[in-house]
Amino acid sequence: MNKPRQVGAEEVGHLTDLYQEHEEWHVNLGEKTIHAKRMPGRFRTLKYITQSIWVFFFIGAYMRWNGKQAMMFDIPNRQFRFFDLTILPQDIWMVALLLLLLAMTLFAVTSVASRVFCGYFCFQTSWTDLFTWIEEKIEGNPHKRHKLDAAPWNAEKIRLKLLKHSIWLLIAVLTGVSFSIWFTDAFEYWHNLLTFNLPMIAWVVLISFILGTYYLAGFMREQVCLWLCPYSRIQGVMCDSQTLLPTYDEKRGEPRGKLRKGQLAGKATQGDCVDCFQCVQVCPTGIDIRDGQQLGCITCGLCIDACDSVMEKVGRPRGLIRYASLDEMDGKPVKKLYQHPRTFVYIGILLLALIGILYGLTHLGALTLRVAPERQPLFVRMSDGSIQNKYVFNVLNKTGKDLYVKIRAEGGVKGQIIVDAEKPQLVIHGRSTPFTVFVKAAEANIVKEVTPIEFYVENTEDPNMTAEYNTVFNGPKR
Amino acid sequence: MSDNQNSDGGVPTTGHIWDDNLADLTNQPPRWWMLGLTGSAVWVVVYWLMYPSVPFSTSGTFFEGIGLPGTGKWTAIKEMQEDQKVVDAVRMPFENKIKDMTPAAILADKELSEYVVRSGKVLFGDNCAACHGQNGVGTVDKQGLFAPILNDDDWLFGGTIDKIHETIVGGRQAIMTPHKDSLKPEQIDAVAKYVKALSEGKGDSEPDGKKVFMESDCTACHGPDAKGIQAMGSANLTDKIWRFDGSLEGIKRTIAYGVNAGPDSRIAVMPNFKEAGKLSDSEIKKLAVYVYKFGGGIKDDVPAAAPAAAAPSAN
Repeated sequence: MNKPRQVGAEEVGHLTDLYQEHEEWHVNLGEKTIHAKRMPGRFRTLKYITQSIWVFFFIGAYMRWNGKQAMMFDIPNRQFRFFDLTILPQDIWMVALLLLLLAMTLFAVTSVASRVFCGYFCFQTSWTDLFTWIEEKIEGNPHKRHKLDAAPWNAEKIRLKLLKHSIWLLIAVLTGVSFSIWFTDAFEYWHNLLTFNLPMIAWVVLISFILGTYYLAGFMREQVCLWLCPYSRIQGVMCDSQTLLPTYDEKRGEPRGKLRKGQLAGKATQGDCVDCFQCVQVCPTGIDIRDGQQLGCITCGLCIDACDSVMEKVGRPRGLIRYASLDEMDGKPVKKLYQHPRTFVYIGILLLALIGILYGLTHLGALTLRVAPERQPLFVRMSDGSIQNKYVFNVLNKTGKDLYVKIRAEGGVKGQIIVDAEKPQLVIHGRSTPFTVFVKAAEANIVKEVTPIEFYVENTEDPNMTAEYNTVFNGPKR
Repeated sequence: MSDNQNSDGGVPTTGHIWDDNLADLTNQPPRWWMLGLTGSAVWVVVYWLMYPSVPFSTSGTFFEGIGLPGTGKWTAIKEMQEDQKVVDAVRMPFENKIKDMTPAAILADKELSEYVVRSGKVLFGDNCAACHGQNGVGTVDKQGLFAPILNDDDWLFGGTIDKIHETIVGGRQAIMTPHKDSLKPEQIDAVAKYVKALSEGKGDSEPDGKKVFMESDCTACHGPDAKGIQAMGSANLTDKIWRFDGSLEGIKRTIAYGVNAGPDSRIAVMPNFKEAGKLSDSEIKKLAVYVYKFGGGIKDDVPAAAPAAAAPSAN
């Protein structure tokens, strides 16, 4: 970026310093629209493939399973449905682990191969790519687009712009709808949308998404990566001298210069870079990779494709711009992947989170039991002299149907009886059902003021479906 | 986006220079910003007019505002009443059912009884807890237990759901006559020792007291087996629970001065809640179920005096 300036003594104190500094500061402030050139190549193809992951975002919610939407974040009913699995708010700790997993995946991948997410997966990159692809189909190549932008308004310009913006808006609407249907029944949503029957919150979400998509992908584009996105800033920190980045081989390329007739490859005083500016023209964020790794680089590799194709044409080896680490460029020994301790710490945390999630998913349990002992009074002396404790049971039924549970206890006081233990209790599915349970025991058998007791509830039809909870039995002072 | 390029440096400054080289450019604020400021200022006036925003009232009238489009004039009371409607709408299905049901039917309905357990707490706290204590733990004064514990299964007038309901509706007041004139002090002493031993399950160890108990008027109310008669509210003397005070002195005092019978006697009056008119029929029904669910309620088919004995082992 900008070097420390050598400032003459006479310049100190001049207000105009600010402007001079500004002139040297090559920053894309978005005052000119970047019309990047599309060139075929390895990384271009790879980018198409990785970005197509977003097709799932558009169609995933329509998948049905047992007559219901297969995947749904059901906010009104406070549950997440994933095929046969229902995840209730009580299992929310797994979401924390999932976020940790995603963060660590981002960290680990970024430390190895820099901003892979930005270049190949990010929705901002993907949607912008789609929008510019449509722009190119309608308005032509970058040269034509620049000309069209500068041209005065006429029927043809209006026609092209109208067509482009309509298609953009259509994609924006589809994006908004596709987001919304993950949170409600997809087909019901379409029906309500087409009959203008959506609830207020749904309209707000939809319109926000339409405007957001249209504006961010249509107009803001690379400005989002440069000035809005926190990830782009954070990820830069995770790269080090061993991280693979699209890098310009300065030693090979410099001094750059235009190719002249009759010049022989490798014999000239000139480097390999022919200063064709193809790498700049294809760059979706409009940077010059030859200035070195920088904030604006989303590491999409499109400049590598462009440079390789030019190198082939001028008969020089490929890879003037290539994925390489700074160490490699400096001629330092390149460490193997397993020699990056930082990456392994990331992967370690990632695996821990993954294990936690797998444990959680396999141990979800169909029932969860919470028992709250009555606090006032702690116990009641009954007419036969026995001591009775009152407990409020809350049984969360995560299965898809209502079921009956029976109650038993372990530990506690010798000779205790659970009142009406033989009577099964109905627990409603998908929520927590409360009921009251009384336990009484002869006072003579109570040896401690507070006796630990463990309660079990068991599905009457499936003895393996149980849940337990540890609590206490309170008695008089001993 | 506004034009933030001042590359020509031609913008004049305010003329003041701080620290040798700092000056303020006289750039106009961006237009969107000025529009926002002006719009906000206009909105403040509209907002002020829509609501009752003058914080004074003279002779009971106040500036009511021009009202909100669609919903009319706003007041805090109206908003509270709207919120109340939301709460009522949730409760209404339950309350409508309770209106036409007997307390026993409410108790049998799992969902309704659970609703009562939750919504009855406020009712009990407002109307019952003053004497019976929060959650029915009973209250104690210096003469002993002031009002009965409602959590246990010992009931003077019966613990079935219908009896509890009857007690709340009609109130209860029993009488125990004083015996300080009809019995000699040593007789009172003997019979007190006898009933205390009865409660501990060894009544036969006090033959003197037993003789007094059987030969005086005790059996008339408490029955020959001393188990009490619920129709008249006489206490069961054989169980572990004492209505007033289970110490020997306390028992002697009860025998000597009686209950609800003149000076120095113990006072035990349950007011008539129907007559008091404060509670609706539904509320009384809810209270009956609420009290029953404390844990001491007696099922209709189980004899009141025979609570389940401790089973040999639950483990």
